Amino acid sequence: MSSNINSSTIATRREFLKSAGAVGVGALTIGFTLPVPTRVQASAMAAAPAPFAPNAFLRIGTDDSVTVIAKHLEMGQGTYTGLATIVAEELDADWTRVSVESAPADAKLYANLVFGMQGTGGSSGIANSWGQLRDAGAKARAMLVTAASNQWRVPVSEVTVDQGVVYHAASKRQTSFGSLVKSASSLPVPATVQLKDPKDFKLIGAKSPRVDVPAKCNGTAVFTLDVALPGMLVALLKRPPLFGATVASFDGAPALAVPGVVKVVQVPGGIAVVAKSFWAAKLGRDALKVAWDDSKAEKRSSAAIMEEYRRLAEQPAQSARQDGDVGSALKGAAHTVTASFEFPYLAHAPMEPLDAVVKLDAKSCELWYGSQFQTADQAAAARVAGLDPQQVSIHTLYAGGSFGRRANFYSDYIVEAVSIAKAFGADGTPIKLQWTREDDLHGGLYRPMYFHKMEAALSADKKLVGWRHVIVGQSIMAGTPFAVPGKPDPTSVEGAATIAYSIPNVSVELATTKTGVPVLWWRVVGSSHTTFAVETFIDQVAREAGVDPFEFRRGLLDKSPRLKGVLELAADKAGWSSAPLPKGKGRGIAVAEAFNTFVAQVAEVTVDDTGAVKVDRVVCAVDCGTAVNPDIISAQMEGGVGFGLSAALYGAITLKDGRVEQDNFNSYRVLRMSEMPKVEVHIMPSSEKPTGVGEPGVAPIGPAVANAIFAATGKPVHVFPMNRGDAPVGS
Amino acid sequence: MSTTFQLNGKSTTLDADPNMPLLWAIREVSGLHGTKFGCGMALCGACTVHLDGQAVRSCITPLASVANREVTTIEGLQSKQAKAVQAAWVDLQVPQCGYCQSGQIMSATALLEKNPAPTDADIDGAMSGNICRCGTYLRIRAAIHAAAESAKA
Repeated sequence: MSSNINSSTIATRREFLKSAGAVGVGALTIGFTLPVPTRVQASAMAAAPAPFAPNAFLRIGTDDSVTVIAKHLEMGQGTYTGLATIVAEELDADWTRVSVESAPADAKLYANLVFGMQGTGGSSGIANSWGQLRDAGAKARAMLVTAASNQWRVPVSEVTVDQGVVYHAASKRQTSFGSLVKSASSLPVPATVQLKDPKDFKLIGAKSPRVDVPAKCNGTAVFTLDVALPGMLVALLKRPPLFGATVASFDGAPALAVPGVVKVVQVPGGIAVVAKSFWAAKLGRDALKVAWDDSKAEKRSSAAIMEEYRRLAEQPAQSARQDGDVGSALKGAAHTVTASFEFPYLAHAPMEPLDAVVKLDAKSCELWYGSQFQTADQAAAARVAGLDPQQVSIHTLYAGGSFGRRANFYSDYIVEAVSIAKAFGADGTPIKLQWTREDDLHGGLYRPMYFHKMEAALSADKKLVGWRHVIVGQSIMAGTPFAVPGKPDPTSVEGAATIAYSIPNVSVELATTKTGVPVLWWRVVGSSHTTFAVETFIDQVAREAGVDPFEFRRGLLDKSPRLKGVLELAADKAGWSSAPLPKGKGRGIAVAEAFNTFVAQVAEVTVDDTGAVKVDRVVCAVDCGTAVNPDIISAQMEGGVGFGLSAALYGAITLKDGRVEQDNFNSYRVLRMSEMPKVEVHIMPSSEKPTGVGEPGVAPIGPAVANAIFAATGKPVHVFPMNRGDAPVGS
Repeated sequence: MSTTFQLNGKSTTLDADPNMPLLWAIREVSGLHGTKFGCGMALCGACTVHLDGQAVRSCITPLASVANREVTTIEGLQSKQAKAVQAAWVDLQVPQCGYCQSGQIMSATALLEKNPAPTDADIDGAMSGNICRCGTYLRIRAAIHAAAESAKA
């Protein structure tokens, strides 16, 4: 098993064609309509016998190689391995002969069936591909079986397949996939096919090694940073220091005086310095003199924006959910509980700063990068270049993390890259746009800031009878094709409006704000803040009711058996008890449902006399339906805990007079090795369809830790991040 | 101006700005792409290489400062400890996005070359300069312990 993005130098276009030809040698295409072939594929087909390619997701070569075409971006979540596992399972392929390559941009063939366009996000990769790829693998298998049965003149029912070998037991005959490529290719693709009984799964549920791991352990995995085309130049863009500011005037001469700087060009996003090396481009950009027009820029500080949000929380808001009459419930309550929560802007800060390579001429635009919204990016690149989308080709490479950042309808860095190539002269010179870490943290498209206000009503017998949740913040969807005008943005209220607890009177309200700060989804999207508010507030309510927080949740989850299931599993494995731990230690629990996956986590913390928090251990239970690859599920839960802890403990992008105050990892602190807790992951056995695991593990960790801190100290956490320099934990 | 040094065991002369960080010299001049750019300020460790056997951040190491010294990148790892580290990384399926892993492997190898049996505290000390946003720290720790065991044999 391997992935094809593993040579240390990306081939030139001519080499691409040659190597594509080499891949195609001795293989052939059959049946199913291939998409409009890319130039590379067309050339490969002309140069060599086509592979057995019964659909857009699979190719089998005469050398027995099985190539799975991935429509989703591999950004660390393990989707290449998961997608290939589904195909290989139904195909009965030999896993060691399976490799993965990325699909070209094609909305028709490679749309995410949840989005209706090609893209990766919302933890939907495996979920939307499940039926599609099982079908693709099973049909290919059926054709190979038919080809063998024709060749051996035996009934189809007597032909079996195991690990890439086709057998006829009675006559002791066997042959490999590769030898059947030619005959299978002449057969029609069956209209329907019988899928495997899950009890016969061999690869699904097994811990198959990831296809991308070997190349990621020896430096040969190719990221955008590693693309090196002949004659390629490197561009750095000087962007306005305030959101909404524009270039008033600039002097490119000091930049041009730097050896290696080739051109200085103005583009809508700022001033680009194009040079022969990163270092020359950086020195050139440092030397550049730009005067900015900030008359329309956002100049507020984040503290002032939060102050406005607090005021808005007291005013009537848009209803996102209404059950019963929460006003009356609160008025008639024997006990009421209130709280408010504040969440900052967050940067995604993937380890690979954003980058893209573009080669633009009068008739074509070719892009190499970790594309997460291929067909949206393709349209944006075409618009900027003045080309048709079909003239824009995208080579999707590994992304060095994303956490949502690379999936945006603004296609911000692709628009920048193509604009620079156009301003440079659109002469076919390959240009790599490289962001620095400072560009990344200053660059906007943050997880929005939010303010939450919560009120709960308890009856005289301490039952939870009313729940009011007001959320104030910017809309992620506004202005995008996913927006539904007039309706509350579901990404602002998911996890809150979808609260699973049985409460007779519920009101969830949303005040959508506007600021000059561009925002975007961030790993686990709305649940990155709503879960914290819901899950720490429910603990507060449980305390008021005098009930153990695990038992209190359990009593409210009768209508959500799967959420209740993971709650019980996590509590059981953690040895849950709300009995006090030794001084300075505490245990907390939280649950979340995100993207149809259910997660519960129990956190154990130590808080020292100075208020410093150490998260010692996390027990995580997850129900994501059928576990396609349990080891990858565990890895995503472990990583989700680490990512969520970074935000809970340290993460904040703040503005002072409109200027971002964080520059690099010294001021935008993230979790490090010494701070990573032990994480135990328990996967709920399930035969439900698989759901995603890339994001849901992030949601419960913040509130589980906050609840543990309360247990240790008696102090609630209301403001994110918990560690704000001089502010003690629990303020 | 040119700088001569040992790169992965071979004498190498690069004609480049002596102030250019070693990271960009080995990536863009020598064409070795395993070493990554993450922060440019020695804050994340993605650019870690060995300089005379010590783990250093190549993003703030001027090219001129490595003259006549030995630089090893992920492409040049040879030691028993390095091979054990890389094998453990595969065995325990450490990488997710993988972008930081060259740097993690370089730091882990430098640790094991000096300390054949590191404790958890030793690992924290040697590895806390290497950020992984995917959160693979648990597996990194386990892989270092596993590599220490196998390199002993």
